[in-house]
Amino acid sequence: MDNLQALQILWFVLIFGLLLGYALLDGFDLGVASLLPFLGRKKEDKDLLVASIGPVWDGNEVWLVTGGGALFAAFPHAYATAFSGFYLAMMLVLLALIFRAVSMEFRAHDPARAGLWEKTLAGGSALAALLFGVALGNVVYGVPISGRMEYDGSFFTLLRPVPLVFGAAGLAAVLLQGASWAVRKTEGALQERAFRAAKILLGINAATAAVYFSVMAGAFDGLSGNMLFHAAWLMTLAGLAGLFFSLRKKNDRAPFWESSFAFAGLFLAAGAAQFPNLIRASNNPNLSLTIYNSSTGLYTLQVMAVIALVGLPIVIGYTIFVYRLFKGKVRSDDHY
Amino acid sequence: MDALLLARLQFAFTIGFHILFPMMTLGTAGVILLSETLHLVKKDDVYRRITDYLVRLLALIFVVGAATGIVMEFSFGTNWSSYARTVGDIFGPLLAAEGIMAFFLESVFIGVLLFGRNRVSPRVYWVSALLVFIGGHLSAFWIVVANSWMQTPAGYEITAGGKILLVDFSEAVFNPSTMVRLVHTIMASWVTSAIMVSGIAAYYVRKGLHGETARTMLKMGILLFAATPLLQLGAAHAHAIQVIDTQPVKAAAMEGHFQTTRGADIYVFGYVDEAAEKTYGLFLPGGLSFLYNFDFNSEIKGLKEVEKDQWPPVNLVFQSYHIMVTLGMAFIGVGLLGALLLWTGRLYTTKWFLWILPFLIPLPHVAHETGWITAEVGRQPWIIYGLMKTAAGASVVVSAGELASSLMMFILVYVLLFVMFLMLFLKIVKKGPEPAPEGRA
Repeated sequence: MDNLQALQILWFVLIFGLLLGYALLDGFDLGVASLLPFLGRKKEDKDLLVASIGPVWDGNEVWLVTGGGALFAAFPHAYATAFSGFYLAMMLVLLALIFRAVSMEFRAHDPARAGLWEKTLAGGSALAALLFGVALGNVVYGVPISGRMEYDGSFFTLLRPVPLVFGAAGLAAVLLQGASWAVRKTEGALQERAFRAAKILLGINAATAAVYFSVMAGAFDGLSGNMLFHAAWLMTLAGLAGLFFSLRKKNDRAPFWESSFAFAGLFLAAGAAQFPNLIRASNNPNLSLTIYNSSTGLYTLQVMAVIALVGLPIVIGYTIFVYRLFKGKVRSDDHY
Repeated sequence: MDALLLARLQFAFTIGFHILFPMMTLGTAGVILLSETLHLVKKDDVYRRITDYLVRLLALIFVVGAATGIVMEFSFGTNWSSYARTVGDIFGPLLAAEGIMAFFLESVFIGVLLFGRNRVSPRVYWVSALLVFIGGHLSAFWIVVANSWMQTPAGYEITAGGKILLVDFSEAVFNPSTMVRLVHTIMASWVTSAIMVSGIAAYYVRKGLHGETARTMLKMGILLFAATPLLQLGAAHAHAIQVIDTQPVKAAAMEGHFQTTRGADIYVFGYVDEAAEKTYGLFLPGGLSFLYNFDFNSEIKGLKEVEKDQWPPVNLVFQSYHIMVTLGMAFIGVGLLGALLLWTGRLYTTKWFLWILPFLIPLPHVAHETGWITAEVGRQPWIIYGLMKTAAGASVVVSAGELASSLMMFILVYVLLFVMFLMLFLKIVKKGPEPAPEGRA
């Protein structure tokens, strides 16, 4: 293995890490926002739920911004092919992300239309969560790719059953992240509802994850001997099992970690099936975009590796610091 | 309409809308930092009320900026994928660096500013204000680097396959236009916010609202309003010289200057007839040459140095440049007048001046928008100046129909965002800062 290959692998791992960080962190705030209509009966409850994600969602979304930038920097062909190829789907993602972001702010200052902004907040969040899963499902499962590295399908190509399974599993996992974050941050009757939602979502996740892993095992030949894949489904199983007992014991701190662990298992399985592909070509495996044929030059990968390996630990450090500032139950004076 | 034109319109519209918000963010973060520093040092609650008030405005500004900023990051892949493939080696790292080294910092600590007043010590709160300020400016740095690299590319090599390869990162980052454009951009933001804060506070003072809080805010605003346009004049001058040196065609378009001559004129205002290759208007003879190097007789290259198909739309560049310059000069005048009134103790009582200030709030936006049009339209027909044509950068697989529908979507959504933003901004202004305790009016 030469230097270039080592860096290409490093960047695959780094982007995987950034997207996993995005899924777990923005996952819980997208989840809380999606569950807002179900968990928040009174205005006070909705205020508390929004305040539980208010200080952190901005920072959480930057994991996506940075993941996108890193994909552009390390594998520009994959970035170019997927973003231009999935054009209308990407526009829907943007629409969803715009509305989920501004709706929280609009809701706070525009009480006359609070109900509308709660709908756009919940709808935008749920749509974004679903679309991310479908998009990931498509690049992992494969899409038609032309000889010039361009996407060769239509919008409806993206809506095949296997990518939709990814979307359903991802959405279910995001909702569970949200419910377990709500359990962690709230008290009283609101927390009771969050516990109930988490229990229902645990059942749904058990089903979607089972379908997801079976579909993966069926769709990819090499996975039966892939250690990472087996580790992945065991992680999800262990996470969901731990969650089952935590919810029964009314433990309000463990569920978030167990839900995250289970979600990470879903991600690991996708990563194990994907490597070293970035976008699998469903029409001809030789046309796949891989980390080897899509990357930037050695020098760029080196410079970026230095920036990322110095910068990301600092980012993680101050992110933890800020989370600890807001630790514990959300308070009604947590606003501005 | 063809796909290329639609893609360009979409980029122009989405970036033109997005830039409104970062332009308010940087300077407002600066005023917040200033006010919070004074709060910490003087222990005077009036500064805390100013901080808290501006933080409410910043929250609204920031969220629209962040939401519309993601669109920009996606757009190089969705709409300009051929460009992304060609320059991935250089352009991608700059966007990634912006995420890792800037946007994280700003976004994580803005959460503390918005929600942390009752949770953290005054010192931690101050540090958060500082980090939001630094993070925002670092973001501006990386984005200006990326844009400047398109204006004056450096630190690269072109491979046999036509790909652009990065060979020297620091040369690419500190390319010939980066630093001067960064200072020019940051100053534009500071001017924008200085006028915004002055305008809002002037409205309160004229109406007799919010007592000392409003007067202190007006004083801070006016001091910044007096200083920043003057600093901007220096930055703008340095930037103009850099454009003449490194992008002579753009510089020639800015002044409607066709023939390479010594003693080139500078126009106060005018009109360029591109077909007849003539510029009409009021000019100072030899002014452009003089401003270039303080020599009325220096040579300035004209548009005719290159083929006509390499000209930008000359009159558009000329007009937008002149609108920006005129506004910049006007800001210097009004800012200095405000400082004079403050110095002579008449600022809070000169009703006509207080009445005018709020109406100036949109003008810096006109100035920075026309400045961007000058910079970006002036770069045409190149997407990377001298290296790659804009037409070669568009996505291959995105159809005109798809572009038309996404452009429609952005227009509808952004009009809604704009209306909501204005409505809620005015609502926050109307509500005003937290009232001072009794006995301290």
